[in-house]
Amino acid sequence: MFRLQVFLIVSLGAALGAAVEVQRPRGVPLEKRHFYDESRPFTCLDGSRTIPFDRVNDDYCDCKDGSDEPGTAACPNGSFHCTNAGFRATFIPSSRINDGVCDCCDTTDEYNSGVSCQNTCRELGQKERETLEKMAEITREGFLLKRQLIEEAKQGLQEKQGKLSELQASRKEHEEKVDALRTVKETAEQPEREAKERHLKAWEAQKAALQLEKEKAKMAEVFLELDGDADGLVSVSELQTHQELDPDGDGALTDTEAQGLLSGADKVDSAGFQNVWSNIKDKYVSEVRGPSCLLLKSGETDFWLEVSVHSYPEDDAGDEEDDEEEDDDDDVPEEYDDKVTCHRCRPMCATCSSLPESLEKEISFDFGPSAEFAYLYSQCYELTTNEYIYRLCPFNRVSQKPKYGGSETNLGSWGSWNGPEGSKYSIMKYDHGTGCWQGPNRSTTVKLTCGKETAVLSTSEPSRCEYLMEFSTPAICQEPPSLETVAPETDPHDEF
Amino acid sequence: MAAFAGRMWMFWAAWLSSCLTVTVAVDRGNFKTCDQSAFCKRQRAMTPGQSPFRALLDTLELSDSRLTLQLINDNNKVRLLLELYRLQGNMTRVKINELKPLKPRYEVPDILVTDPPTEPLSVVSRDENGVVLSLGAEACRLIVSAQPFRLDIMEGPQVLLSLNSRGLLMFEHLRPRKDTQSDPEGSERVEDPANADQPPTEKAPDEENAKEDESGMWDETFKSHTDSKPNGPSSIGLDFSLPGVEHVYGIPEHADDLKLKTTDGGDPYRLYNLDVFQYELYNPMALYGAVPVLLSHSPQRTMGIFWLNAAETWVDISSNTAGKTVFGKMLDYVQGASETPQTDVRWMSESGIIDVFIMLGPKPADVFSQYASLTGTQSFPPLSALGYHQCRWNYNDQEDVRAVDAGLDEHDIPYDFIWLDIEHTDGKRYFTWDSSKFSQPREMLQGLMDKKRKMVAIVDPHIKVDSGYKIHNEIRAKDFYIKNKDGADYEGWCWPGSAGYPDFTRPDMRAWWASMFAYDQYEGSMENLYTWNDMNEPSVFNGPEVTMHKDAIHQGAWEHRDVHNLYGFYVQMATAEGLIQRSGGVERPFVLTRAFFAGSQRLGAVWTGDNAAEWGHLKISIPMCLSLGLVGISFCGADVGGFFKAPSTELLVRWYQTGAYQPFFRAHAHVDTPRREPWLFGPENTAVIREAIRQRYGLLPYWYQLFYHAHRTGQPIMRPLWVEYPEDAATFTMDDQFLLGRDLLVHPVTEEGARGVTAYLPGRGEVWYDIHTFQKHNGAQNLYIPVTISSIPVFQRGGSIIPRKLRIRRSTSCMENDPYTLFVALSPQRTAVGELYIDDGHTFAYKENKFIHRQLTFANNTLISRNLVPDSSFSTASWIERVLIIGAHKPSKVTLRTADGAESPLEFEFDATSSVLTIRKPGVNAGADWMMVLH
Repeated sequence: MFRLQVFLIVSLGAALGAAVEVQRPRGVPLEKRHFYDESRPFTCLDGSRTIPFDRVNDDYCDCKDGSDEPGTAACPNGSFHCTNAGFRATFIPSSRINDGVCDCCDTTDEYNSGVSCQNTCRELGQKERETLEKMAEITREGFLLKRQLIEEAKQGLQEKQGKLSELQASRKEHEEKVDALRTVKETAEQPEREAKERHLKAWEAQKAALQLEKEKAKMAEVFLELDGDADGLVSVSELQTHQELDPDGDGALTDTEAQGLLSGADKVDSAGFQNVWSNIKDKYVSEVRGPSCLLLKSGETDFWLEVSVHSYPEDDAGDEEDDEEEDDDDDVPEEYDDKVTCHRCRPMCATCSSLPESLEKEISFDFGPSAEFAYLYSQCYELTTNEYIYRLCPFNRVSQKPKYGGSETNLGSWGSWNGPEGSKYSIMKYDHGTGCWQGPNRSTTVKLTCGKETAVLSTSEPSRCEYLMEFSTPAICQEPPSLETVAPETDPHDEF
Repeated sequence: MAAFAGRMWMFWAAWLSSCLTVTVAVDRGNFKTCDQSAFCKRQRAMTPGQSPFRALLDTLELSDSRLTLQLINDNNKVRLLLELYRLQGNMTRVKINELKPLKPRYEVPDILVTDPPTEPLSVVSRDENGVVLSLGAEACRLIVSAQPFRLDIMEGPQVLLSLNSRGLLMFEHLRPRKDTQSDPEGSERVEDPANADQPPTEKAPDEENAKEDESGMWDETFKSHTDSKPNGPSSIGLDFSLPGVEHVYGIPEHADDLKLKTTDGGDPYRLYNLDVFQYELYNPMALYGAVPVLLSHSPQRTMGIFWLNAAETWVDISSNTAGKTVFGKMLDYVQGASETPQTDVRWMSESGIIDVFIMLGPKPADVFSQYASLTGTQSFPPLSALGYHQCRWNYNDQEDVRAVDAGLDEHDIPYDFIWLDIEHTDGKRYFTWDSSKFSQPREMLQGLMDKKRKMVAIVDPHIKVDSGYKIHNEIRAKDFYIKNKDGADYEGWCWPGSAGYPDFTRPDMRAWWASMFAYDQYEGSMENLYTWNDMNEPSVFNGPEVTMHKDAIHQGAWEHRDVHNLYGFYVQMATAEGLIQRSGGVERPFVLTRAFFAGSQRLGAVWTGDNAAEWGHLKISIPMCLSLGLVGISFCGADVGGFFKAPSTELLVRWYQTGAYQPFFRAHAHVDTPRREPWLFGPENTAVIREAIRQRYGLLPYWYQLFYHAHRTGQPIMRPLWVEYPEDAATFTMDDQFLLGRDLLVHPVTEEGARGVTAYLPGRGEVWYDIHTFQKHNGAQNLYIPVTISSIPVFQRGGSIIPRKLRIRRSTSCMENDPYTLFVALSPQRTAVGELYIDDGHTFAYKENKFIHRQLTFANNTLISRNLVPDSSFSTASWIERVLIIGAHKPSKVTLRTADGAESPLEFEFDATSSVLTIRKPGVNAGADWMMVLH
């Protein structure tokens, strides 16, 4: 065993420029110095026992709390104080004293292990100050950007809410129009409905009658459509808007020909139109792209809104049945089949009708306490690594695509904010991505760091199918504290 | 990592889906049953009691060291040559080969450490039907009976063991291929001219000819693979009867109980090194390694059978008491009419010769010494290898390695090695580094070295076929690859895709391989980088049973069939040699292997392969490592946490606690599992795991001493209780607890949600002390121990002294100079003995007696430290910090006398409730003579 040097002359004053020597046992922080008075027996800091002072730092653990061996590795639960002049003072576990590994930048932990450590406190301090300054600058600038973002988000939200209510209003309006039309149609369909209810079992027998009613309904629609001036009569000129009705196929529907179609009359009312209908129904093409869709205009977006005008009794029936019907009605030219036209417009209608919902969805997102993350919505950010292109679309999804071709893999869809208590908005969680063999579904944790730029900084896969992404954004920047408290010199643990 | 798993799923998905068994367990259909292995099926079809073999006593020749005798098979007149040796140390060797084989049959080289020294045999008596030979002292006799041929080893009136007593000796002689293909009836056979060489010129009877037609003799198809079998049938087999024996052990590796089961009605235990994906528990299927050594035990005697054969081998075990109830056995006993209990063991191998060593004990320790004298002892690992190993498939890059290292420090968890699996390489080209993930390997290794830590990187034996890869080019240039049956380089599919397999049976290949570990060859390597050999069964993803085709050709025109079970042994041998050579012969190597054979203990550590995060796998780790320890391989461990799947937190914690008390202590996880570094499960669980690892580090002086003993003597480290208590029948089937050395008894908690365990403390008249509370318990009792999540029930034997280091630091070498605390646990007679072994921890200098080896004895209230090896020399900075005397009385004073005669008082504390006397700071150097007296 070795005899240990009980006292350590701690040289302070790098900052003051003059040496001040304070005697205290090795490994004791300045503020605990008064517990270690060499002129008196030492009482363990937990009060458990009192021992002669020469047993302090004698390389044998006497106190349960390890307080008698602040400068040796004798106690399993002890800690050693490194002053680290020029950097930050710290405590290390006693087990790291004289273990041959340099832990304290001032080298004081390795006083008897034979290893030679370099005092790196000055460089570390310098580096830390620089880093902190840089961080402070980024935070400052980032925070300014964040304020802007909050302002923009506020405006954006108002706009969107306005737009949404506008949309909702216009949708309501259109729905009313549609309802009106539907009423007309449904009046025509009424008997048919009743027939269905009454004769559900005798459906096949009723089919012809139903077909007739259907014809009527169509006819009513066409009548309405042709009656351009809405005077309740269809005239020759109104009929001539439909050149396709030309009976001789020369491409022009002359007055005479039109009159012929109207059974010689100049105009017919809805009752008289019945005969006309049978003449023209094979050729008639609706002006509107199908009678079931109306063009709506809202803001700058054109969209189709679907209006259901199926004359078939089973409006809710699946497409299969619709198809069947098409097959059955061989005599009805395709152009006339409202189903066909509606098939065409349905996808468009779907997008247009979902727009208000998407707006609603957007407005409902948690974009942070001041909506500072709202600007990330519907944006995507990419990072290219050796093998992959990673893509983060905040509040939507994360994906990965091989750089040199191959299909995209979903690394998770937006889940929730997932930061620890107090900094909930520091971590985003995306989950339920593509499943892994024998493993979980892929998921991604996005760690947000303060930065002036909005960018994906790094990605990794610490565990199979669990990805980690670092993402910098000004939106996470905290209000910078006043400059004084940032500097390391004022660290409360420092002994200057 | 390992396994034929993970990324390979795509290859298997196709035919997995074709099988309806969509299960996570092993796909049994990938591996042969005895019925699907033609020779096993042929052998099992034999009828006992009809041995055609007859000893030709007039051919007997006796020299000083051996007896030879011809045997004749009366069915086909083929003659065999029997050789009998009496070996030093109470062993008998029995060799049987064809007298004049058509071509040489394979005899396993390199496994025996020397040509075993013999002792003179003498003929005691002889008549027309037998010879009685003396095996030396104590009326030990070897009886050769002529017709039917059998051998019996007797001690006095007692038969210890009989060979061919059931008449199951089989020796399929090599024969020229008959032209049966063009003549399927085989009706008209022409006497082959080659047969003229055979001494028996009699025409073989029809019965034998009929057998020639059996399918599977000249080719054999399993699944889509056809084994061409150009040499035809060549299998061998022999039965052994063990009267008085009810318990047999050994023949690892199997995921099964310690005590071997009878195999009647099921498959025999199989020994054929295979990469078994997600192996099943409690069955006799082959696994990664094979040690053809079986131990028999009864209260009277322990014996061993070492069947030295490297080909596919099956072992059948049957017992006349197996089916009997305890009551039935009692009835037999009362009636006195019953037969004695007996266990029959039958070995069957596909090729080679019969070369069997019978180790006659009589005590367990004698069998271990006998076996060690044949195949060597456990290698003495560097001390650091006994610390905790942090592994995962994969630590992704240098930053990941740095972060895990820092994480362990941050949570104050000691560790010595961090491991890199296959992904660290450049496209699975071993000896290389992924250029982006591990661009600065030396920098990384230096970072670890600065913390006194080390790394293991994987080097597998399959070599990527790639003309841009140096290792491949050199092997090809030197023509070192194994050949396929057509003479071209054998290629199989493994991690890198198409791969060649170097012929490690070639000494020149092994020498070249070893040279590749030189620092200037293995770029990026440093002295703190060690090696892991995985997939060395060898694993061939697209081969039959996921291994190499048996008709592949090794040097000397030997078929892979002959050498299969040796491949992994040779890979580890060449690798360990490389690590020794790179240090100029100074440093001890550390190499982990998955495949192994008899003798692998000389080369490094073994782990139990790709287990799973299930409680059953935690439990099975105990019998699996115990079985390996019984056959010499002490440095054994299982992947802590389980390789496949994600362990529950409780399972992970329990596994750390169990692994901390098993010889090789490494956490490992499959690439597809969530991360599970010890601090990821909340502070409470981190603390419990940390405590388990710290207990390990505290006991390292004892572990190191156990390894030193294993290295010197071949005694196992992790022992079944019966090894130390051979007469206590209660211990014979116990495999949920074990001994470390003689002095620590460990009963890990391996049940989910356990509130308590029942440990058996052996030894009537002995006492055991709980190492955590020092509470004393009597031996020969079942003790119920309530447990919490932090409990690891461990007991120190009264009468032992165990040294520990209680200053737990971040790695073993950080603790090198730390002082010792001696735990003196008193026997009821108030005595205790122990040892203290110290050396530099990493070099071969101990071979030049550069060590401290002291005996510690406590008797008559005096604790004495004596030098056990007077001509040893080593100096240590370590000293004796503290002595705990457990089960002590309170002394009035304690004095220390040092070598110079000076006597000084020591302070002490006495805890009356636990009867523990703590003696403060003797302060003497750990290598010094001293004496401590309690007054």
